[in-house]
Amino acid sequence: MKETPVYTEYHPRWYRARVSTYWWTRQWKYLKFILRELSSLSVAYFVVLTLLQLRALRGGPASYGEFQEWFKTPLAIALNVVSLFFVLFHAITWFNLAPSAMRLRVRGKRVPDWLIAGPNYVAWLATSAVIAWLILRG
Amino acid sequence: MAKRSNEPFLWSLFSSGGTVAAFLIPVLLFLYGLAFPLGWLAAPSYQRTLALVRHPLARLVLFVLCSLPLFHWAHRFRFTLYDGLQIKHLNEVIIVFCYGGAVVGTVLAGYLLWNV
Repeated sequence: MKETPVYTEYHPRWYRARVSTYWWTRQWKYLKFILRELSSLSVAYFVVLTLLQLRALRGGPASYGEFQEWFKTPLAIALNVVSLFFVLFHAITWFNLAPSAMRLRVRGKRVPDWLIAGPNYVAWLATSAVIAWLILRG
Repeated sequence: MAKRSNEPFLWSLFSSGGTVAAFLIPVLLFLYGLAFPLGWLAAPSYQRTLALVRHPLARLVLFVLCSLPLFHWAHRFRFTLYDGLQIKHLNEVIIVFCYGGAVVGTVLAGYLLWNV
């Protein structure tokens, strides 16, 4: 830039409507968005549980047993039920958004959304089944 | 020169973490969080769990399972606070708390999985 920008003495004040902090309670659509965003807390909660479980595992059978007992308390069960709901909500919204994240074209035509989301669901079921089998066998 | 943004890198961590979380967490949380404690299914013994976790591939998967979803949380939670609650004046504190937390969790996961 060679020229100095024109200085306006009376800078116009932009009009910005104040948005309430609770804007997301107004419509179900917005609430769903915030719930989806909040699912990240359950994801973090699961990682913390996994780290605690690994620590207990490292501490020997007694400490692992204590950890398993803690998991049976009503508080732990309640937290886990809520977290499972949010984690499932995360997974479903994540797979449903996959078609928007990758727009594939075959011979100039958009691949339909269900053809992208569908395989994700199938892969999800398959992965879950393999993991459950690895943990539960013998 | 325009300042380079870290946003694409952080977003890619968010995205891969979200995918790992979506694929792996529901089944694990269901088994360990509900099915085993409530007695719906028999929980594997201590010895078997230890053997399972000590498998090299399991260690790798568990490390990825801990680390990437934490970065997913960091990124998403940062913007939940920013957009949802409109906490904008604490931006720096939030960034340090979120990504810093993910880094600490990753280090802890590496340490625990190496020594388990």
